[in-house]
Amino acid sequence: MTTDNSNVLIKVDNLCKSFDDVEVLKGINAEIDKGDVMVVIGASGSGKSTFLRCLNLLEEPTSGSIYFEGTDITDASVDINVHRQKMGMVFQQFNLFPHMTVLRNMTLGPTRLLRQSREEAEANAMKLLERVGLADRANAYPSQLSGGQKQRIAIVRALAMNPDVMLFDEPTSALDPEMVGEVLEVMKQLARDGMTMVVVTHEMGFAREVGTKIVFVDEGVIVEQNAPEEFFSNPKSPRLREFLSKVL
Amino acid sequence: MDFFEGIAQSFVKTFINDDRWLQLLNGLGVTILITLVAAAIGVVLGFLIAMVRSTYDMQLQGKKCRKPNDYVLKVLNVICNFYITIIRGTPVVIQLMIMYFIVFASSRAGIVAAFLSFGMNSAAYVAEIVRSGIMSIDKGQFEASRSLGFNYRSTMWHIIMPQAFKNILPALGNEFIVLVKETSVAGYVALQDLTYVGNLIRSRTYEAFFPLITVALIYLIIVLILSFLLKKLERRLRNSDH
Repeated sequence: MTTDNSNVLIKVDNLCKSFDDVEVLKGINAEIDKGDVMVVIGASGSGKSTFLRCLNLLEEPTSGSIYFEGTDITDASVDINVHRQKMGMVFQQFNLFPHMTVLRNMTLGPTRLLRQSREEAEANAMKLLERVGLADRANAYPSQLSGGQKQRIAIVRALAMNPDVMLFDEPTSALDPEMVGEVLEVMKQLARDGMTMVVVTHEMGFAREVGTKIVFVDEGVIVEQNAPEEFFSNPKSPRLREFLSKVL
Repeated sequence: MDFFEGIAQSFVKTFINDDRWLQLLNGLGVTILITLVAAAIGVVLGFLIAMVRSTYDMQLQGKKCRKPNDYVLKVLNVICNFYITIIRGTPVVIQLMIMYFIVFASSRAGIVAAFLSFGMNSAAYVAEIVRSGIMSIDKGQFEASRSLGFNYRSTMWHIIMPQAFKNILPALGNEFIVLVKETSVAGYVALQDLTYVGNLIRSRTYEAFFPLITVALIYLIIVLILSFLLKKLERRLRNSDH
């Protein structure tokens, strides 16, 4: 049940996922070490988002195991809610709670789940808001924010839970081009601070600059995995070469 | 006989003689009582049914049962579906008579039969309204809450329900307006509600105009008051949203 290597944060073992008759993931094996920034790239429909969503069981794997901090979270007897508190997630569509202020969005989890006092949670949230330059928007509602602001709030909302890993599901894909930069900047800062991250994205520049492991997913399997330098300058599989020639 | 004298006489017959205005007032009381109790039953039961149905839709639809709880949920969902089909597929007045003449045959407790049958009838409609409200909330809201570590129940309570309630308020209000008027068949089980009293006065006095128009106006006023209150509540909820 436990992995021996204490530096491994997430270990994915032969992960398969089918939707009805469609096999989306066909045996994924991966290891994410503490401090890693794993960037997952691939064409639409390749299964990269499904892979990410399996990591915190938003999609229930059909078979295979996912070890998070040594525990197999696919085991039915495991309380997934406890582990999800340690896995922050950021979505393409932000998914802020529209009926709550920015501050309440950020303090709901810490007060209800981590039993922080309201003052403590709010002080913590304000610190995070300052870090992303949005302290003045604390009492705004999500609909009053721009897309880039929403996504930055979504990131700090996840961070307010003090997670051990952050999962990003195409965080800049729904943004207007001029707002992509501000979100990527927050993510880069986060990586520099040592946060373990798994990022599904089409931002190749980000992957090359910040990633420590780049993973190419195609047709439900990891076709190639490498450090960024090697990955981009010397792709081995023909499928990756073809993909890179299209996107770079 | 002078025209105005005739009107005055009809008026006196309808309202003054035998304290008929008091009978109308009592009838109004019965109508309001049935409506309030039935609405309360309808909301509580309707929310419960909606919870079962939407939980099933979200967690089990198209999937295999894996845990014992899954089977319980599946059975509950079948029961709820059956309930909604029967209630929506038959007239409320028939349901009322079944309740009174069959279920409560020995006690003939008309008012209880009315509470239950109007309440149970309303519940079926409320359930579908609430369920549509829950299903109208973007799936991402649910996922965001679950990914923070909230369980299903907390997610429903803190994230989904507050948003769904705002969306369904007009439809829910409409259901109560319908309910008020549907109680007008309570006379079938010997209850002296507003409609029954109005019709009784008509048959005693041979005056149709005043009793029936009065009853119609009273229903209209109730509905107008309800609409006004709902509009106010809606506006207040909208103000808290941005």
